[in-house]
Amino acid sequence: MIPEIGQIALILALTSALALGILPMVGAARNDAMLMRQSRPAAFAQFLFVALAFGCLGASFVANDFSVVNVASNSNSELPLHYRIAATWGSHEGSILLWTLVMSGWTGAVALKSRTLPRALAARALGVMGLINAGLLLFVLFTSNPFLRLLPAAADGRDLNPLLQDPGMVFHPPILYTGYVGFSVAFAFAVAALLEGRLDAAWARWSRPWTTAAWCFLTCGICLGSFWAYYVLGWGGWWFWDPVENASFMPWLTGTALIHSLAVTEKRGTFKSWTVLLAIMTFSLSLLGTFLVRSGVITSVHAFATDPARGVFILAFLALVIGSSLTIFMWRAPRIGLGASFDAVSRESMLLANNVLLVVAMAAVLLGTLYPLVLDVMDAGKISVGPPYFNAVFYPLLAPALFLIGVAPLARWQKSPIPELATRLTWAAAVAVVASIAVPLAIGDWTLLKTTGFLLSFWIIAAVITAVWMRLSAAPQKSIAGKLRANPASWYGMHLAHLGIAAFVFGVTMVKSYEIEKDVRLSFGQTIDAGPYRVEFKGVADEVGPNYDGVAGAFAVTRDGKPVATMQPEKRLYRATQQTMTEAAIDHGLTRDIYVSLGNMIDDKTWEVRVHIKPFVNWIWLGCLIMAIGGGFAIADRRYRLRKSRATETIAGGYAPIP
Amino acid sequence: MKARHRRFIWIVAGLGALGIAAALVLNAFQSNLVFFYTPTQIANGEAPKSRNFRLGGLVEDKSVKRIPDGLGVTFIVTDKEKSIPVRYSGILPDLFKEGRGVVAQGHLGEDGGFVATEVLAKHDENYMPPEAAEALRKAGHPVGAPSQFQQVQK
Repeated sequence: MIPEIGQIALILALTSALALGILPMVGAARNDAMLMRQSRPAAFAQFLFVALAFGCLGASFVANDFSVVNVASNSNSELPLHYRIAATWGSHEGSILLWTLVMSGWTGAVALKSRTLPRALAARALGVMGLINAGLLLFVLFTSNPFLRLLPAAADGRDLNPLLQDPGMVFHPPILYTGYVGFSVAFAFAVAALLEGRLDAAWARWSRPWTTAAWCFLTCGICLGSFWAYYVLGWGGWWFWDPVENASFMPWLTGTALIHSLAVTEKRGTFKSWTVLLAIMTFSLSLLGTFLVRSGVITSVHAFATDPARGVFILAFLALVIGSSLTIFMWRAPRIGLGASFDAVSRESMLLANNVLLVVAMAAVLLGTLYPLVLDVMDAGKISVGPPYFNAVFYPLLAPALFLIGVAPLARWQKSPIPELATRLTWAAAVAVVASIAVPLAIGDWTLLKTTGFLLSFWIIAAVITAVWMRLSAAPQKSIAGKLRANPASWYGMHLAHLGIAAFVFGVTMVKSYEIEKDVRLSFGQTIDAGPYRVEFKGVADEVGPNYDGVAGAFAVTRDGKPVATMQPEKRLYRATQQTMTEAAIDHGLTRDIYVSLGNMIDDKTWEVRVHIKPFVNWIWLGCLIMAIGGGFAIADRRYRLRKSRATETIAGGYAPIP
Repeated sequence: MKARHRRFIWIVAGLGALGIAAALVLNAFQSNLVFFYTPTQIANGEAPKSRNFRLGGLVEDKSVKRIPDGLGVTFIVTDKEKSIPVRYSGILPDLFKEGRGVVAQGHLGEDGGFVATEVLAKHDENYMPPEAAEALRKAGHPVGAPSQFQQVQK
């Protein structure tokens, strides 16, 4: 009964999405207030119905209803409750349903917050979101129905993929999707503003908090995914340039460009066409990511070719979204206008350079991700593009962008005289250069790559301190608290996010330069030295989990004879899937992680053992977290709420619909 | 005139930067492509002698042998037509099993065997890596994609 209710809810959700996609759009074109007013109730109805459908699927998982194909394929009666809930989005069907749920959630949020916007703009933006969600709901209903029944019902389920039975996997997909899909708001506002023919500072101001919010979620989502890979895959890597990862990284790169470009559009009225293009590009890349991950094209081009319904649907949808939005862009572009001009050395020019670098980096990732697929589809041979390519491209492309992070916040808008800029940054440059040579020397060795990494990281930190110091000392207030209060939250957010990047770069440089990896054969009682640590293999003991059997190793870690940690890496065999899993043991620390995992058993008393020391590896994820918190500060800025009503008044006054 | 000059300089600078970026990307791309060969292709001498490539196929049953001391291991990869011995030193991934698909990256040794520098563990829901399935397909022994439900054991 419950799956059927879910099915009906999905159909009702599709009807609401279609109503949302058509009525307000027609209303806005005809200037019909009654039709435009339908957008909010339709958006709320859509959210309710999708949430109901999602709840029905979740209930089927919780109740172990193995007469539903999706449940039988992805769950098991022995699976603990929290993983049964997470299994709701562990499969293809469930994750697409989660996609539409998140999409409906964003639409509902926009509907709630759009009361202060001009009516036609809000109606059109909501309409665009409704059309996107209608497309996705059609996809769910026709190619990926999660409620299909299995007759006769299975006695027990096939179990959730053991790799996904992890707390990280419970949170990673929803957060990642919230980020991915959140860019649809920026996209919808861009398309709506194009249709209105009015791209101005107010439009940029409305888009900014939504875009930043999506960016924060995407940052956290990618960060969680990377952290999950680090401790679940059992061999200590944290980024593999895998197509699945690239799929989430590409919208992040253009999304980062977009939030900077939106800032210029809001403050200076320039970059308007570019901002619109970035908004279209970012959301299109989110859809492309969904296609790559969800069509099965990465796993096997040939499996994709024999069952192409899903892939072809998403590809056609992608073509439709990109094609129609670019057509609208070309049609309206001549109206956009150029905005204020700026000098070759100015904050605008630096942000433009940063944007170009980010987009070129995205294009390089796109090439490395799609080229093997294209060759494979044409049956022209099977190739792979490995991490060396991405590293070779990324370091030189992003190094100048990182350098600019230090300069741009201190540069003036429109025209920034170089001597003045140089004077402002002398101190920061000197500190960064000295520190970046001193740190590798103090640790022991010196190479160009290490020094470059440290240089960029210290440069950003020193430049941020300079910028904050200059601004605070120039503030007229007497007390420090007063000086601090004189600056908006978004200004702190920007500097915090930049410090996050510095922490990230520092962590990556440290790990890449000084990690110690020992893969050895070890018997009970033997020890292995890794850096300053001595690791002793005490033995193994059997253990029984809810849906797996396994062994847990015992390792004692000491440093100069003093105990540091006891570690218990596991090897599990999941009963339903007969799949083996490595559970690494990690002793986390601010300055280093000790990472121990078990390989294969060689004989009764001997195992393959992996011992890694990873200096400052947590700074990588900490840096991402700081970036996201910085984004949070930017969204919290009071002026988005204060000026919103004022801006609406002035614009509504001078508003004339385009015939 | 001055504005036009400035715009011209901008465009030239932009194109120059893009050109450098493109050259960088394509150069790195060229030198980092890893091609894929099946055991049959290697037996026919199609694989390069001095370049790294990927090998895919099935791990032959009862072929995995451990070298005493250290982490050395040897096994045979087959596409059911031709086979090739593989040497590897390191920890094999969880998904590596006799009779299952495998993908290894490395180069040909002096003796004609394959010296693997990496045995790949993709976080992939399927047991069969795409390259391995491809090798079997080319050799005329395609493996059917397991339908979701035939896998239920009980």
